[in-house]
Amino acid sequence: MNPTDASKLPGIKLQGDEPVFNEPWEAQAFAMTVNLHQNGVFEWQEWADTLSQEIHSGTVRSYYEHWLSALEKIVADKALTTIPDLAEVKSRWQQAAIETPHGQAIVLK
Amino acid sequence: MSLEKNSSSHDHGHSHHHDHSHLTDIDARVRALETVLSAKGYIDSDAVDEIVQTYTTKIGPQNGAHVVAKSWCDPEFREWIESDSTAAIHSLGYTSRQGEHIEAVFNSDTQHHLIVCTLCSCYPWSVLGLPPAWYKSPPYRSRAVFDPRGVLEEFGLVLPPTTRIEVHDSTSEVRYLVIPQRPAGTEGWTESELSRLVTRDSMIGTALASAPGDRP
Repeated sequence: MNPTDASKLPGIKLQGDEPVFNEPWEAQAFAMTVNLHQNGVFEWQEWADTLSQEIHSGTVRSYYEHWLSALEKIVADKALTTIPDLAEVKSRWQQAAIETPHGQAIVLK
Repeated sequence: MSLEKNSSSHDHGHSHHHDHSHLTDIDARVRALETVLSAKGYIDSDAVDEIVQTYTTKIGPQNGAHVVAKSWCDPEFREWIESDSTAAIHSLGYTSRQGEHIEAVFNSDTQHHLIVCTLCSCYPWSVLGLPPAWYKSPPYRSRAVFDPRGVLEEFGLVLPPTTRIEVHDSTSEVRYLVIPQRPAGTEGWTESELSRLVTRDSMIGTALASAPGDRP
């Protein structure tokens, strides 16, 4: 199959035939999930169920955005962290970006 | 992948009146997760990097291609994979992290198998590599179930009317690997030569294995 053929399909969204990881963060979110599973934080089935709930939540967003929301949810449900903690660290990252000249590594202070 | 990657936004590279870094909202969320989880020891950043590498480079369809090629040229392995797919595939060192059961289904002149997947967490990444983008399209998947012949034709695969098409839905319980037919004109080929003819699409049933002339 090539992208030209697949693009004939109704309702299909393609970014090339190739896959799933359209952006690096998607691979990162995927890999963190796999590593949490490897480390025994949750069963793969639990993850599948959590992801499924997000996908069927009715919210319109991309597959890996569902994935990311599901990941935030499961780590909070498992009490590894809290949603407010994640939000706080997220805003620190954003602030760090603003304070970092373009082209340099962003470092969390 | 290190945290330092993605430190610039995609729109840089031109001249800008501001020159600080940008993180998208999503990048910041992903970084927050990594920061918090690694600080508490729930994830290991090196291991995470390695997983990314594995799934984006090392793991292609070649793991499954090895399985297919071996089943073409090793009659004992063929018998084994027909009777106990999971054990035969695991014997080559390919285990699926999503679960233990993977069932091989065999294409023939009279029978073609097509695999669909309703939730990509069920997809056997470790054997098949990355799934095709269309697996994420619900309309496509439902059409594949009720009109597989039409969908295959849209992919350029026209099967004789006498060939029966069976659609398998990969689930959390069982995943599937299609063993395509060995292409004609490959008599005497080695396992590794054969494995180059095995594409991901042929292992999910949306294509046949490549013909000898299709590839170098």
